[in-house]
Amino acid sequence: MGLHNIKLTLSGIGLALTSMVANAAYDYNLPAPGTQLTHDIYGLHVLIMWVCVAIFIVVFGAMFYSILKHRKSVGHKAEHFHENTTIEILWTIIPFLILAGMAYPATKSVLNMKDTTSPDMTIKATAYQWRWEYDYMADGVKFISVLSTPYEQVTGDAPKGEHYLQEVNNPLVVPVGKKIRMVITSGDVIHGFYVPQLGVNQYGIPGFIKDAWFKVDAPGTYRGYCSQICGKEHSFMPIVVEAKSEADYAAWMTAQKAALAPAASAAAPAAEAPATPAAAPAAEAPAAEAPAEHK
Amino acid sequence: MATSHAHDHGHDDHHDHHPTGLMRWVKTTNHKDIGTLYLWFALMMFFAGGFLAMGIRAELMKPGIQLLNPELFNSFTTIHALVMIFGAIMPAFVGFANWQVPLMIGAPDMAFARMNNWSFWLMPPAAILLFSSFFVPGGAAASGWTLYPPLVIQGGMSVDMTILAIHIMGASSIMGSINIVTTILNMRAPGMTLMKMPLFVWTWLITAYLLIAVMPVLAGAVTMLLTDRHFGTHFFNAAGGGDPTMFMHIFWFFGHPEVYIMILPAFGIVSQIIPTFARKPLFGYASMVYATASIAILSFIVWGHHMFTVGMPAAGNLFFMYATMLIAIPTGVKVFNWISTMWKGSMTFETPMLFAVGFVFLFTIGGFSGLVLAITPVDIVIHNTYYVVAHFHYVLFSGAAMAIMAGVYYWIPKWTGHMYDESLGKAHFWLTSIFFNVCFFPQHFLGLAGMQRRYADYALQFADWNWWSSIGAFGLGLSQLIFLWVVLKCVKGGQKATDRVWEGAEGLEWTLPSPAPYHTFETPPLVK
Repeated sequence: MGLHNIKLTLSGIGLALTSMVANAAYDYNLPAPGTQLTHDIYGLHVLIMWVCVAIFIVVFGAMFYSILKHRKSVGHKAEHFHENTTIEILWTIIPFLILAGMAYPATKSVLNMKDTTSPDMTIKATAYQWRWEYDYMADGVKFISVLSTPYEQVTGDAPKGEHYLQEVNNPLVVPVGKKIRMVITSGDVIHGFYVPQLGVNQYGIPGFIKDAWFKVDAPGTYRGYCSQICGKEHSFMPIVVEAKSEADYAAWMTAQKAALAPAASAAAPAAEAPATPAAAPAAEAPAAEAPAEHK
Repeated sequence: MATSHAHDHGHDDHHDHHPTGLMRWVKTTNHKDIGTLYLWFALMMFFAGGFLAMGIRAELMKPGIQLLNPELFNSFTTIHALVMIFGAIMPAFVGFANWQVPLMIGAPDMAFARMNNWSFWLMPPAAILLFSSFFVPGGAAASGWTLYPPLVIQGGMSVDMTILAIHIMGASSIMGSINIVTTILNMRAPGMTLMKMPLFVWTWLITAYLLIAVMPVLAGAVTMLLTDRHFGTHFFNAAGGGDPTMFMHIFWFFGHPEVYIMILPAFGIVSQIIPTFARKPLFGYASMVYATASIAILSFIVWGHHMFTVGMPAAGNLFFMYATMLIAIPTGVKVFNWISTMWKGSMTFETPMLFAVGFVFLFTIGGFSGLVLAITPVDIVIHNTYYVVAHFHYVLFSGAAMAIMAGVYYWIPKWTGHMYDESLGKAHFWLTSIFFNVCFFPQHFLGLAGMQRRYADYALQFADWNWWSSIGAFGLGLSQLIFLWVVLKCVKGGQKATDRVWEGAEGLEWTLPSPAPYHTFETPPLVK
């Protein structure tokens, strides 16, 4: 019986393993780059990884060789050296040179990343607990973007969809090939505007405006997250960026303006009631400062 | 009667004249008793914080919300961090300092014996405050241990309890540090020059200075939070002219040296253990001391690497990136020195050595991921992801906590007079190392793929590695029960330990009997 149980358990574990491999969601690396900057970052990461692997092999090769050969059980007698100035200087200088080699491409990327000058267009993102507001300032288009995953999927009462927790009602739509400057702030607590494939990760800080930029290479959907803990719905305020060709983007913008025009005096679309487990966020603990303009 | 009492007193060894039972521990001014108290307290907190970690991993085992609602989940991550940092790791090191510093420098006790008692007995109330805050309206602090405003301002009274707990623990740390600095600088045995001190004493001397420098900074930061919450100030409120970013700068000016406060004594412990079991003197003693000091100094100018996503100017990002990369150099020197100490030694692998070698290997992996995170553009795409969680658990669990375990196995024969159970100790090491890696290695992958930390629920592409990580966490948690078992068994009895305990052990503590008598070095030894 004991054996039978063990067999059952083993086959259970085996089954679980095969099903997991079959479901294959073992992402183990940075997501596919969506911009030139993220291409550079991807390459930088690969470079540093290989440098680390090389150092790892040399250093721990020596350690494990020593562990195997210089042990008492194989009769190795201890030597008594405890200093060697030459080697100590060497292993201070060589790492310094390796680091300098890494710092050079990293510096170029930092300068590129921080250069938000002369953008083709500017979009303001304002974070709230727990939604994003995107404001196309030059076009007068402004809307709220909230999670669109139904709550039943979170509680397990409904099967989870493909883009579980990564889908919103109104994505941020941008044209490809344009330098887009995001100005980012917050209406309540600190949030983070994080779209890894676009190489953007900038906190939205209440009372301050910060900026970042990206230029998307190809049309597609790029998914991101809030990157600074902002309360109980922190995991439920994703960012979805839809990059469209210039023509599609122009059509989309025209439609937005048309939709807004008759409803200008009425409420903006889809502003209230986040589709998340949230009760009214404002009802929770008092905010630190005067609530920002909730529409 | 009076005469006979006086006679008894004169006749008895004065060291046997102390309260017994509970009052012995409440009133004790003996460095060994206080060291024991600190270590037991740390072990209790280690299990309490571990329980919270199990809750976090149970919730994250599968996508969806199953066990903890998101608010409670946030409280679990917040209190897990605070308890492990301030309740487990730091008190454990202070426990080592209390036990070992006087024994290693040939001092009879710590310099300020009564303050020593007070600095320990401040700890339990702080722990009670932290844990009882789960039961006040609104639940425990849920802002993450970094307590960033304005989020933390929104919290309930538990935030005030947390702030008070931090104040108390900070006061305790400062008193403990002053005690350690004074003891080391003034009470060394004749002939024990600074450059003859065991490396553990050196690392603690430097750590104590770091603590004195930064704990008041943290106290100032949380006091400003308190007055922002209740007394109408606007230090961190932009609407009143304040700046939330300023809190981050102040917090991490404390927070980064704090990281080294939790690792330098671990370096010290490992630097004692490896020479003992390699039967060979420590390689590069002087460069070890200088490397420790360099790390401590650099630790004050790297805080901005926690803030690459705040929006500092390019010059700020570059400065903090370069400064952070520089830390790899003294840290590398340490690793090279440990391996050179092992090189051409005559090694045996009792449990302390296993943990020490495990430390060198796994801590270095944490060092590599630290280097990756230091590169600003790379950090941008993995900031606040599980890559960061993996990184700091490699340096704090397989770094600090495994060094603490190594130290316990190394010195417990001296403390209790008994040898611990070697096969249980080895089982503890192997299970801990394997499950640790099952738990935390996949988190690198999760982070690179973009999974954010402090998320109660996550997208489906993260499901499989999270499942593995949780399995590893449960195994890691259960393996620590072996540790408790070994320690209890060793306290109760076991094979009698010799005075020297380990064949290759060097240092004053090994000249004493095992267990070390209640009072030691009343006449200072002469160090040649």
